[in-house]
Amino acid sequence: MDWLSIFNNAAGELISPTTAAYALAAIGLSVHFGYAGLLNFGQAGFMAVGAYAFAISTLSLSAPVWLAILIAIVASVVFAFILGIPTLRLRADYLAIVTIAAAEIIRYVVSTVGLTDVTGGSQGLNGYNREFQALNPLPEGTYGIGPWTYSANDWWVRLFGWLLVIVATILVYVLMRSPWGRVVKGIREDEDAVRSLGKNVYSYKMQALVLGGVMGGLAGVVFILPRAVQPGNYGTALTFFVWTALLLGGAATLLGPIVGAMLFWVLLSLSNGIIVGLRDVGILGFMSSTQAGQVRFILVGIGLMLLVIFRPQGIFGNKKELSFNV
Amino acid sequence: MSDTTVTHPLVKGAVGPGCEKVDPIVVADGVTRQFGGLKAVDVDHLEIPRGHITALIGPNGAGKTTLFNLLTGFDKPNTGRWSFEGSNLASVPAFKVSRKGMVRTFQLTKSLGRLSVLQNMLLGARGQKGENIFRALIPAFWRAQEKANTERADDLLRRFKLDAKREDFAASLSGGQRKLLEMARALMSDPKLVMLDEPMAGVNPALTQSLLGHILDLKREGMTVLFVEHDMHMVRHISDWVVVMAEGRVVAEGPPETVMNDQAVIDAYLGAHHDTDLGDMTTSQLEVIEAEAAAEAEAELAADEKDGKLR
Repeated sequence: MDWLSIFNNAAGELISPTTAAYALAAIGLSVHFGYAGLLNFGQAGFMAVGAYAFAISTLSLSAPVWLAILIAIVASVVFAFILGIPTLRLRADYLAIVTIAAAEIIRYVVSTVGLTDVTGGSQGLNGYNREFQALNPLPEGTYGIGPWTYSANDWWVRLFGWLLVIVATILVYVLMRSPWGRVVKGIREDEDAVRSLGKNVYSYKMQALVLGGVMGGLAGVVFILPRAVQPGNYGTALTFFVWTALLLGGAATLLGPIVGAMLFWVLLSLSNGIIVGLRDVGILGFMSSTQAGQVRFILVGIGLMLLVIFRPQGIFGNKKELSFNV
Repeated sequence: MSDTTVTHPLVKGAVGPGCEKVDPIVVADGVTRQFGGLKAVDVDHLEIPRGHITALIGPNGAGKTTLFNLLTGFDKPNTGRWSFEGSNLASVPAFKVSRKGMVRTFQLTKSLGRLSVLQNMLLGARGQKGENIFRALIPAFWRAQEKANTERADDLLRRFKLDAKREDFAASLSGGQRKLLEMARALMSDPKLVMLDEPMAGVNPALTQSLLGHILDLKREGMTVLFVEHDMHMVRHISDWVVVMAEGRVVAEGPPETVMNDQAVIDAYLGAHHDTDLGDMTTSQLEVIEAEAAAEAEAELAADEKDGKLR
């Protein structure tokens, strides 16, 4: 087994753009679930909306990068309103059902044959990141040390992705220490109590949904920068991977989503490398290579179960805070 | 009931269910709320006197809490309108009702468990600039206000003897302390009318006295208090006016001495033995009561059967 390449791959995942996208989406989910108590099971939908809005406005409208990002943000806001207006007055479970369904609707709509001219149908879209790469301030060449040696273009994508993650984290940090954050956390605990104190609960829930949704949309943009837009990527699995990353780190914590996303991808890469390696040396010879590739997702499921049972507050969560179940 | 007209300084004209008050703060007209076939609330006319403590009593299922929910916008009535200080409140959402100065507490306390006691208190403050998402981003906008609110919250916490718990999660408080916290939190908003839904439920006797004192303080500070309560000693002790509800209707009204001594009210709505402490009763007394209860149950059963046959 080539342990060096297994560890190199795993280390690479630490700062990969995909990890950044997951972290950003998980921060959005943390705003939804961790702070405001909104059960959003359609974060993949927000990511799809952001990704497609960015790609389509670049390809079909030849919008510059900043405008394409703005369009992605606006599209996420609109999507949040569509989900929130009918459901946020109802009990929390309704939002969960509607978001999971809406995310699937988005995925089916973008892959319909009739929209192939715009969305690329089931083929998806590519070739939208030339303009983004043209903005790269880094000179041509290869930089980095050890496992983190990348070309200028690869670094530019990583810098952009992690910059967004940092901005989102600072935003959440500032907001959750403000009176606004207090109202939102109060809503998580008991809507009616907050209502009885004269706060417009519906409006605050909508604001939280929009804020986390925009982060999801931007995560979609980061997600597609190093690859093509594929409708198949935005299934419910994506939502649950983001949830896993969030719960791994701790829902209502600042660094939880980031460290959760890093751990998720590093562990996924490690377990994959080890399982495939073991198969190659003949220890797990009964498996086909496809099967070996899938085993890690079984491990993700088991890991998530163990996490929820034995450390429900995640790595950074406060056990005391979680043990009060009022 | 006697035929002579009873008058009272709080009341315009004769005292009776739905009588007009000299200075009402809440006026309700024809408020009904139907749950399927059950008319939970059916109030023709009700006025709450300003600056006094009004008790709302009645047996379980009389519609007291439902009326509370309706008046504060937490539930929508089938018919009716009501006003607070002259402004119409029908179909006004709950948070706006609260902003007008009509603040309620809940029968099952709603302390915000995973927020500290101080955070709970601060949430009660009105007109906070930092509660706007954009201004929240720049602490300079709201820091001074936050400091003033914190001082006020600390004052109230000292008054309610919760200052030692300031930084603790509200979930770690005892049931009685949560009741106190909820009341203190409501006071953060400077309400004109405080509506307390069973403030004594689940409070240990040692805390009862201080809670009573706090309610009397509210009146001293010029607030109006409306509360639902089952503890008759408390009702007698602190209320200026008592409204009796049964099966959704207001069936009697008056000062506590009169209403509580009205034999019909006592028997029908409080139970004939409401004043006897069960612990103090001798076995023979208990036997009498049990026999009475059994007789009543049989009578009801018989009546039900008759109804059944008629149907």
